[in-house]
Amino acid sequence: MNGIHDMGGMQDMGPVRPEKNEPVFHAAWERRVFALDMAVDETNRYEIELIPPADYLRMSYYEKWLTSLIETLKKGGLATSAEIESGKAAGGIISGRHVLSVAEVAAMIVPPPEAKVPITAVPRFHVEQRVRARNINPMGHTRLPRYLRGKLGTIERMWGVESPWDTDTEGRRIDDKPQSVYSVRFAARELWGDQASQRDSVYADLWEGYLEAA
Amino acid sequence: MTTTRRELLSAGLVAAGAAATPVLAGAQEPGHDHDHQAVPSDPTLRVKALESLLVTKGIVDPAALDALVDTYEHKVGPRNGARVVARAWVDPRYKQRLLAHSTAAIAELGYGGEEGEVMLVVENTARVHNLVVCTLCSCYPWPVLGLPPVWYKSAAYRSRSVIDPRGVLREFGLKLPDDVTVQVWDSTAQVRYLVLPERPPGTEKMSEQDLAALVTRDAMVGVAKVTVPEGAKL
Repeated sequence: MNGIHDMGGMQDMGPVRPEKNEPVFHAAWERRVFALDMAVDETNRYEIELIPPADYLRMSYYEKWLTSLIETLKKGGLATSAEIESGKAAGGIISGRHVLSVAEVAAMIVPPPEAKVPITAVPRFHVEQRVRARNINPMGHTRLPRYLRGKLGTIERMWGVESPWDTDTEGRRIDDKPQSVYSVRFAARELWGDQASQRDSVYADLWEGYLEAA
Repeated sequence: MTTTRRELLSAGLVAAGAAATPVLAGAQEPGHDHDHQAVPSDPTLRVKALESLLVTKGIVDPAALDALVDTYEHKVGPRNGARVVARAWVDPRYKQRLLAHSTAAIAELGYGGEEGEVMLVVENTARVHNLVVCTLCSCYPWPVLGLPPVWYKSAAYRSRSVIDPRGVLREFGLKLPDDVTVQVWDSTAQVRYLVLPERPPGTEKMSEQDLAALVTRDAMVGVAKVTVPEGAKL
């Protein structure tokens, strides 16, 4: 969806304002939202993208997480609006659902054994090949930013295969077939014209389906 | 299976044949009214109520919530990345491995996992400067840098880093000469990026540990250089 979240290349967002000695969390509730969201593990990025643009820009990061978590709980049938408002459960315990454990949290920061990923798709492109990012404008979730669409780039590296995360408008993945993923380099001038430095470039990791031979 | 956020984050480049099952059956048609809440009026109370509800319903284990907060507030952070950088500065063979097989070389120091299943380390030199961004959301190499700062997730940084990286760097106090190449890495898929900053001159005699203390988060995102504070023991 061509939403406010897809903001690469906009120029009116003001200066970057780093905070000195910034804490990891700015309020106790942010800690809990972070943890709840990680533990519930259902929140879809598309849900954040559906936040109306004015709210998206006004909300802090963890306000967006909280909003999307609440929507996800409601849509997934895990909690009703009335329960969320009151904090009181109307029904009993929800069973049959995996509950994240302390041991699993500990494992989150341990490097997993190196995975041998089977290459189940034959790559259509090769390193150094010129490609063009397709001009697509889907209404669901996509990982092809607007500022790259229609632009010419060069394949710099192959990343192996993965199913794309693109969804339909209900947040369902569209294509579960693994595709090759490539690191693609775009010259800054191809993206922004002569105002950009001739030396500079932007790299993005793109699924094969986002690309066509140039 | 649902298309959950953690899956989105952590599938790595493996996910052969993950099922696409509807989760958001009630999702609105785009273009119709959203029933998203506006900014919660009192997040503290609202989140307390939500946590209590989810614990009562058996959806979350409060001990796991505490562990998550403790892990990401105290156990991972830029000190991890700084150790990786310092090791690369003092050990040329480690540096070679780090640039060629970043995830595995980072794992040698014990770091990896969530939001770092596939990592790439990009090297800053006198001629090339790398800068990392996620224009679409907030992707960041958690195992080596922890959770991202607010500015990294801000609209200003996400929007302008790709079109005006040199202007953004100037706002951080870093003025790059015109003859330096700027490479911006937009983290659009599962790969997470860490910048290997240049080792500051005059630090040849410093120990690995002292070098690690010089390395800042900002330098590993690419918005700063590593400098030696005045009066530091070299």
